Amino acid sequence: MYQYDQYDQQMVDTRIEEFRDQVKRRLAGEITEDQFKPLRLMNGLYLQLHAYMLRVAIPYGTLNGKQMRMLAHIARKYDRDYGHFTTRQNIQYNWIKLEDAPDLLAELASVEMHAIQTSGNCIRNISSDQFAGAAADEIADPRPWAEILRQWSSFHPEFSYLPRKFKIAVIASDTDRAAMRLHDIGIQLVHNDAGELGAKFYVGGGMGRTPMIAPEVRDFVPADELISYAEACLRVYNRYGRRDNKYKARIKILVHELGKDEYTRQVEEEFTHMKELGLNPPVEELARISEHFADPAFDAHASNDLDLSDPDFAIWVDQNVDTHKNSSYAIATISLKPQGGIPGDASSAQIDLMADLAEQYSFDELRVTHSQNIVLPHVKKSDLYALWQKLDEAGLAPANLDLITDSIACPGLDYCSLANARSIPLAQKISEKFADQGRQKELGELKLKISGCINACGHHHAGHIGILGVDRKGTENYQLLLGGSAAEDTSLAKITGPGFTEDGVIEAIETVTDLYLQEKQGDERFIDTYRRVGMEKFKEAIYG
Amino acid sequence: MVEAIRFRDDEPHEEPAGSMDSFLDQSNATAVRIEAGEDVRQLLPYLERLALIEVDFPAFGDGRGYSAAQILRENGYTGELRASGDVLVDQIAYMRRCGFDSFAPEKPIDPEVMERSLGRYENVYQGTTDQRSPIWKLRHG
Repeated sequence: MYQYDQYDQQMVDTRIEEFRDQVKRRLAGEITEDQFKPLRLMNGLYLQLHAYMLRVAIPYGTLNGKQMRMLAHIARKYDRDYGHFTTRQNIQYNWIKLEDAPDLLAELASVEMHAIQTSGNCIRNISSDQFAGAAADEIADPRPWAEILRQWSSFHPEFSYLPRKFKIAVIASDTDRAAMRLHDIGIQLVHNDAGELGAKFYVGGGMGRTPMIAPEVRDFVPADELISYAEACLRVYNRYGRRDNKYKARIKILVHELGKDEYTRQVEEEFTHMKELGLNPPVEELARISEHFADPAFDAHASNDLDLSDPDFAIWVDQNVDTHKNSSYAIATISLKPQGGIPGDASSAQIDLMADLAEQYSFDELRVTHSQNIVLPHVKKSDLYALWQKLDEAGLAPANLDLITDSIACPGLDYCSLANARSIPLAQKISEKFADQGRQKELGELKLKISGCINACGHHHAGHIGILGVDRKGTENYQLLLGGSAAEDTSLAKITGPGFTEDGVIEAIETVTDLYLQEKQGDERFIDTYRRVGMEKFKEAIYG
Repeated sequence: MVEAIRFRDDEPHEEPAGSMDSFLDQSNATAVRIEAGEDVRQLLPYLERLALIEVDFPAFGDGRGYSAAQILRENGYTGELRASGDVLVDQIAYMRRCGFDSFAPEKPIDPEVMERSLGRYENVYQGTTDQRSPIWKLRHG
């Protein structure tokens, strides 16, 4: 994985010095909270209901054991002994003191980590496929491209006061594990007819209040024009994105209002001019970065065999282990969704253990997924059983990847000042309700996503089943949505009808899952059956 | 009016900056002030004549002026480029990177904080019109 050179380290160190100075001026009353807000946000510090929340960047979700251990250390020293892995492949801490933040950042910098641009109206942490570098179906590792974009977007002087936040994802296979088309810019690496690797650009996707699927705006951007094309996309947005209404300020609204063709025309015009400005790193820079992502030293003599005689282990392998590009290895996902647990939360002890296991079994590499789980990307098949035993002992072996209890949930009203309803307790109740392994397995792949308000941090629009918490005359109310997908078959979920109480929405979920089992043909997933049968039938069953 | 903070050696321009509309109506004006929503590309035919362009920031979070400045410099404008309005001390370094060389902030700026901030980052990650060498260039010569 990528390692900082002297320049990268210096940039991060300088940022801490700068932020320390800003915090000092704020604490001394030299700047107002209003003026300080964009400065702290640009460094991932939010003021939440009870305390400051700090979001730490995990670029494209990749980190090593030492970094993971630092995350545990921070949870222990500055927070309440746990951290929360997020849908942006980051981690956030909910109980941070402002005066501690500079020291905390200095500790992060000692392991090549930072919180730069994890919030604010700027280009956020670049996300990617959590199986990058290990997936059997990718045409290249997308992370060197993500790293080029990370460096370019860091402290970008023109694009730090955008109309709204800006999120970019990069993937390199037809299977989309990163919700690519629900990003402001989604990039898929592709080959052109000449066999060269380049970037296909999708622009204007997003969730939030007005969910949109990003349309394709260019089928191929060569490697040595990537930055100028991204600059062109951003410049049109910075100049013409709406600033009169925060809720219409994302690039998706601009692309929608202009129309894809007109937006594309403006970008192309800007691009024609910008590609002459010398903004693009040479291909040698992509090559330099790519070297950091070379394959680890796979054992050529490792066995392909896997002893599945332990039935509990076999269930976990079946559910949480994916095909690796090397047939003697496997990709193991550690579910952070234990029965009745809080999706994405991990204690410092668990974070430490995952760091140890990565060092021992996965060439010192871990990934954070947008579904709030952790991946060990390169595990020798012959080590899987030992790994599983250690995970199981620590409560880290729920065999529920992509099942109904592997839900995404935003922090909700328990932490967030924007929320209308709690998300976490509902996720916990659903997790208890569907805990039975046989029942979950019977329901198969079922992506359940819960947001506590219309800002959609819990991705409810992209859930096979989505839940949206709203405030109805002072009480928490939950709307049910069906039919969304964040995968390559991207679709937006639709609201079934009137909302429910907390218990009511759980009942409604049971109704729709029962109907699915009844209607299911062949090996259809829930989403397939829903798409074939249509909303009406589900509505009837719910509201009858 | 507070005197502008200038990063230029030439004498301050005397002619007051008028609005974009009035500028486009006059054949000899040499100073113009543009509002955040106005299209700076309309000025491109007149860059040789212009000696002062003032870009207004109605709110510090409104970043349109950064692009306006970049476009002017990319197209060869060498006159004074002034940021006015809600300009905060922590923004001046980025504005310098986008080509502003003069500042007329609404509220006074602590010169010491500004100096510290301008000298802080030894390097930069991306190319802009300030012509600093991005880090990738330093890496590859």
